Amino acid sequence: MLQNFINAYSPDNLRYLFGGLGITLLVSVISIIGSFIIGAILGIIRYVKIKYVSAIVGVVIDVIRNLPLILILFFTYFGLPNLGVKPEIIPAAILAMTIFESTMLAEIVRSGIQAVDSGQMEGARANGLTYWQGLWYIVLPQALVKMIPAIVSQFISLVKDTSLATIILLPEMLFRSQIIYGQNTNYIIPMFVAIAAMYFVVCYLLSLLARHLEKRQA
Amino acid sequence: MISIFQNYGGTLLYGLGQTLLCSLIALVLSLIIGTFFALLEESPSKIARGIARVYIEIFRNIPLLVITMFFFVVFPLYVVKMNGFTAGTIGLTLYTSSFIAETVRAGIKSVDPGQMEGARANGLSFWQSMRYIVLPQAFRYVIPPLGNQFVNLVKNSSTLAFVGGFDLMYQGNVIASSSLQTIAAYSAIGVLYLIITLPISYYMRYLEKRLA
Repeated sequence: MLQNFINAYSPDNLRYLFGGLGITLLVSVISIIGSFIIGAILGIIRYVKIKYVSAIVGVVIDVIRNLPLILILFFTYFGLPNLGVKPEIIPAAILAMTIFESTMLAEIVRSGIQAVDSGQMEGARANGLTYWQGLWYIVLPQALVKMIPAIVSQFISLVKDTSLATIILLPEMLFRSQIIYGQNTNYIIPMFVAIAAMYFVVCYLLSLLARHLEKRQA
Repeated sequence: MISIFQNYGGTLLYGLGQTLLCSLIALVLSLIIGTFFALLEESPSKIARGIARVYIEIFRNIPLLVITMFFFVVFPLYVVKMNGFTAGTIGLTLYTSSFIAETVRAGIKSVDPGQMEGARANGLSFWQSMRYIVLPQAFRYVIPPLGNQFVNLVKNSSTLAFVGGFDLMYQGNVIASSSLQTIAAYSAIGVLYLIITLPISYYMRYLEKRLA
C-alpha cells in the first residue's frame, strides 16, 4: 500500500496534478472577477429599481440561480455550437461559471448595498450630491467592505465547483487524477487522497480568511 | 422543446423521480447527521467538539463530485459494490450534512442563552435542555436556510449524472444525444428543475421576510 503511494506521487504525476490545480485556480480567479463585475451591475440594477428593467433582471437572476451549474456547463459547451458559436473548453468553463456565479454575486451586492445605513444616502443627497454620485462615492465603497466575506465564501464554492467542469473535459485536478489512476488502478486511493488534500488546503485557508474578515467587521 | 416533452415524457418523468427521490433521501439523512454534529459542536465535551469540527471542515471543503466519485470508484474496489444512485446519494448526504450542521448551529446560537440556563436551573440535563427547550426554538429560525439547502440539494443532485444515477440531468444528456436537439433537451430539463427549485426559493424568501 505504502509503495503504491510512493509510486503514485512520482514527480511527473505530481507536476501533472499541480498543473490541474493551476487550471482550477485560473478558471476560478477569472470567473470570480468576471462575476463580480457583472454581478455588481446586476445587483445595482436590482437595488435602484428601474421600472421593468429591475424586475426582468430579478427574474433572470432567479432562474439562473435555481438551475444546476452542470446544466449551464452543458448549455455553454454543447448548446452554443448549435447557435453557431463553438467555444474552447477553458473559455466555455469560464463562461458557464461566470454566468452562474454572477447571479450569486448580484444577490450579495444587493444585500451589501441594503446593509448600508440609509442615512448615508440621505446625508449625501443633503450635501448636494446626485443620487448616482451618492451611490458611487458614499454607499458603494461602504457596501463593498461589507460584501467581502460573502464574496470570499462564494469564491470557495467556485473553486469546488470547477470540479464539475470535468464533464466538459476541463483538464483540472479531478480530471487529471482520473487520467493517472486510469493507467494503474493501484493509484486510485493515492490520487483521491491527493486531490482531496489539495482542494481541502485551498478551500480551508480561504474559509479561514473569510472568517477572519467577518470577525474584523463585527 | 414541446416535442421533447411529447417524445421523451416517460424518460423525463423517470429522471425527475430519481432526482426527487435522491434529494429527499439525502435531505432526511443530512438533517439527522447535520443536527447530530451541530449538537456535538455545542456540547460541553472538548473531544466531541473537535470531532464535529473535523467532520464539518472536511466535508465542507472538498468538492461534492470528489466525494461522490470516491464512493463510486473506491468503495466497489475495497469495500462494497454500489450503484451510481447509492454512491451519489451518499456523497450528497455527507456534503450537505456539513452545511446543515453549520446552519443548525447558527440556529442554536440565535436562541437566547437564558433559555439553556433556565432549563439547567430547573434540573434538566444538558441534553434534555437541548432536546426540549433549545432545539424546538432553534428550528424556527433555521427553516428558511434549510429550505435553501434543499434547493441546493436538488441542484447538486445533478452530480448523479456523472456516476450513471439516471437522474434528470443524466436523462437530459441521453435525450440530447439521441434527439440531437441539444438546446431543446437541456431547456426541457431546465424547466423541470425550475418547477422544483423556484417555488421553494420564493417561499423561503417569503418566510425569511416574515421572520425578520
